[in-house]
Amino acid sequence: MNASRAAVLAFPGRLASFRREGWPMVPITILAVIALLAIFADVIAPHDPQVGLLGERFRPPAWQQGGSAAHLLGTDHVGRDVLSRLIFGARVSMVVGFTAVIFAGVVGTVLGILAGYLGGWVDQVIMRVTDAWLALPALTFAIFLAAIVGPSEMNIVIILGIVYWTRYARVVRGEVLSLKERDYVRLAIVAGCSKRTIMRRHILPNVVNSAIVLATLMLGVVIVTEAALSFLGVGVPPPKPAWGLMLADGKKGLMAGYWWLTVLPGVCIMLMVLSANLLGDWLRVKLDPQLRQL
Amino acid sequence: MKRFVVRRVGYALLSLVVLSATIFVFVRLTGDPSVLLVEPGASKADIDAIRADLGLDRPLLVQYAVFVKGLLKADFGRSFYYRTPVLELYLERLPNSLLLAVVAMAFSLAIGIPSGILAAVRVNGGWDRAGKIFALLGLSMPSFWVGLLLILFFSVYLGWLPSSGSGTPWHVLMPAFALGWYFAAAHMRLTRSSMLEVLGSEYIKLARLKGLPEALVIGKHAFKNALIPVLTLAGINLVLMVNVSIVVETVFAWPGVGRLLYEGISFRDFPVVQTTVILSGVMIVAVNLAVDLMYAVIDPRIRYER
Repeated sequence: MNASRAAVLAFPGRLASFRREGWPMVPITILAVIALLAIFADVIAPHDPQVGLLGERFRPPAWQQGGSAAHLLGTDHVGRDVLSRLIFGARVSMVVGFTAVIFAGVVGTVLGILAGYLGGWVDQVIMRVTDAWLALPALTFAIFLAAIVGPSEMNIVIILGIVYWTRYARVVRGEVLSLKERDYVRLAIVAGCSKRTIMRRHILPNVVNSAIVLATLMLGVVIVTEAALSFLGVGVPPPKPAWGLMLADGKKGLMAGYWWLTVLPGVCIMLMVLSANLLGDWLRVKLDPQLRQL
Repeated sequence: MKRFVVRRVGYALLSLVVLSATIFVFVRLTGDPSVLLVEPGASKADIDAIRADLGLDRPLLVQYAVFVKGLLKADFGRSFYYRTPVLELYLERLPNSLLLAVVAMAFSLAIGIPSGILAAVRVNGGWDRAGKIFALLGLSMPSFWVGLLLILFFSVYLGWLPSSGSGTPWHVLMPAFALGWYFAAAHMRLTRSSMLEVLGSEYIKLARLKGLPEALVIGKHAFKNALIPVLTLAGINLVLMVNVSIVVETVFAWPGVGRLLYEGISFRDFPVVQTTVILSGVMIVAVNLAVDLMYAVIDPRIRYER
């Protein structure tokens, strides 16, 4: 088993097989489009996403009666252009999603390696905290933290990092426990490498794959959590254009049947999360067959 | 068996200690917890009284002991907004959340189990593929958005169902569906893999060899055994549903504990927020313990592990 696992983890070989079997183009295209929208939001968006004209409130999309070409996807309850807000919302989701996933990933991976390799009381402390924190539903935990520190984009990233590092720590620790028994690690010990060197040079490169797979799968989870926090009013503070916030605003026009304010931001969230999940599933099978149970 | 029980209970208690310490530390991390625990606009004398009460001038360990003592006496403080003990408020709302969770569970099992069986019986067929797409959608559509779409369709366009509140059986349908939707995908996946495992076993081969009709093999022999892990997960998820329903309860103004937590954050009612989080942790640690102990009773192999 060790041999086949080592083969799986050898990166160059995997890259070759990526080319052979092809990348999953649909999720990559969707994510790339969202990323481009996020980067060039200032150039693409037709209007200022935070300034509305009260005379233009609740305009339907252009193809419906009463819509105008000036606001292709209509306007919201204070007359802001929905299309521009969706485009700038991509930026919020991308920035918060990626930074939170990376932050949680780095913290979780480092603590997971320390727990797995050092063992003893370090392991006990880290894993008891991990177990206890995993008992709290992520959203409830995040809301509790948000209630303490108050809303801002920066705080959301930190909160999501605190809530989600435990998932990485548990998986990485498990991997390290089996890596620790490998011959090359034992040889490194015999050769007199320090614990730091072994963890950095011999353990870390071998858990990076799992961490990347997990990060891709967590991206969707993190984006949904951010949207839920913003929807509840403890996430990204208004008037910033975040998709979850747009859904909360959209509730104001829901009973009047202003569907575009509810349907469109949700479709954006769904497309992004769906793409992240598809890509994550594909990467999981490709990079790390052992993670299939995740 | 006794050793296993002692170990497992001790482990659960340790989790609760870590959880309480976590909450204690985070509340004090921002500096002055009296800012969180005193009503906005309280007088200087009130703030000083709370400070003395919490013993903020005393060492942290003493403060933590006071905090835990309060929890053990089930004293969670008073709500700033409702001016009643938080625990009373919580227990008042709990039945509503349980009702919502039970109906949501019924929905999720009614969707998840049949589709999981179909997917397993026709592996890699059309049903299996449809099931996979359904599971992906379940994971990718946030429950609050599903809730909003339901309101748009059934309340606004069709006018069939009430959009918010509670009282009649009609009120529970949409929030329950929105909440059950996400879990249906998980139940489908587990039913599928559990059925596949059972269908590959010896006694199913025997049942087929002795000439039983396929419907009977699947419906009677395989289904019953495949159901055990699914029902275990459903038990855990029922408790989880009570604790993750905040967004759905907010969308539908359903008066459960999730809505209480939402009111807690909108009214800056910190004792309510803190209590909801603590009780949610306690409930989940308890249900995990219960499941582990039950499994140990049923399956002796688990008892002797480790």
